[in-house]
Amino acid sequence: MIAQLAMATGFALILIGFYGALTNRNILRMIVAFSVANTGVHLVLVAVGYMNGRTAPILDSAVSATEAVTRIIDPVPQALVLTAIVIGMGVTALMLAFAYKLYEKKRSLDIGKFTELRW
Amino acid sequence: MIKRAAALLLLTIIGGIFFTLLTGYSADENLNLTAQYYAENTAKDIGAANIVTAIIVTYRGLDTLGEVTVLFLAAAIVGLVLARSRGAGAAQTVKAPVGELLTTGSHSLLPLILLLGIYIFVNGHLTPGGGFQGGAVVASAMLLLLLANPVKRFNHRLISIIESFSGFSYVVIGVLGLLLAGGFLDNRILPIGEFGQLFSAGAIPLIYSLIGLKVGAEFSSILSNLSEAEEL
Repeated sequence: MIAQLAMATGFALILIGFYGALTNRNILRMIVAFSVANTGVHLVLVAVGYMNGRTAPILDSAVSATEAVTRIIDPVPQALVLTAIVIGMGVTALMLAFAYKLYEKKRSLDIGKFTELRW
Repeated sequence: MIKRAAALLLLTIIGGIFFTLLTGYSADENLNLTAQYYAENTAKDIGAANIVTAIIVTYRGLDTLGEVTVLFLAAAIVGLVLARSRGAGAAQTVKAPVGELLTTGSHSLLPLILLLGIYIFVNGHLTPGGGFQGGAVVASAMLLLLLANPVKRFNHRLISIIESFSGFSYVVIGVLGLLLAGGFLDNRILPIGEFGQLFSAGAIPLIYSLIGLKVGAEFSSILSNLSEAEEL
């Protein structure tokens, strides 16, 4: 049940992010919307690795190495999401730098002002 | 108006796909084969208590090297894109003082935040931490410094030295694994040690500390490049 709840939240965040990116005209708002969608993807991925009645994939006094197979959740999605979070941060920084450059050119962050690539 | 309707239509379609995915999903009862292998063999082969760390640093170490490279490229491109906008600090606008609370608070919190970051990346193989998280915490200390003093300039040379040193040592450790142990980035070039101790899991604490330093330096350089970009 928890997995479904987390997954539903993640899907909702993705949809909110897409809505924001599609309807906002301001580039900064679009970047924020992409970050929200990004967070949603992370949440869905972590939820996929969740298994009922199990614990975190860290071996200590609570989970010994011998019973790990029956006690821990899937560690692979967590490793993937750790990677995705870091890369997402880098992508956000790049988007902000490009937004700065665009503002420098046109003195505006309205996406409607950038008509060069319009067809 | 039509644009908004098209966006809503697209979102409804995507939402429908998500809904069928969600209703059709049921959590696994058993670990899949890959995860089962990691769960069974991490303790005796790698010696790390945190299985996620074992996957990131050793089993999929090459991917992590690639990830660090992507992050380095992102930081470098941010620096490149913003470099020409930096007018040698000529037109410094005078800013209002940030206030006593923030200044004093940042001075007393800064060492503690740095210590927490270092603790997180040194203990990456035992606790739910690691180089990326610890590096981000270290960079948050830099962010606090920038908030307390917006015209502060970091030493770019020092940042790039830390970054190059840790990146280079990371690759050297990887090649040592190729020569002394089973393969590239194998952690068994150092003794596995006693399970659950700080000095255990072979080269993992060393590699993760280097990753922590590198990530901290990269995030700090992104932060300082963004803050030094001239106000438009």
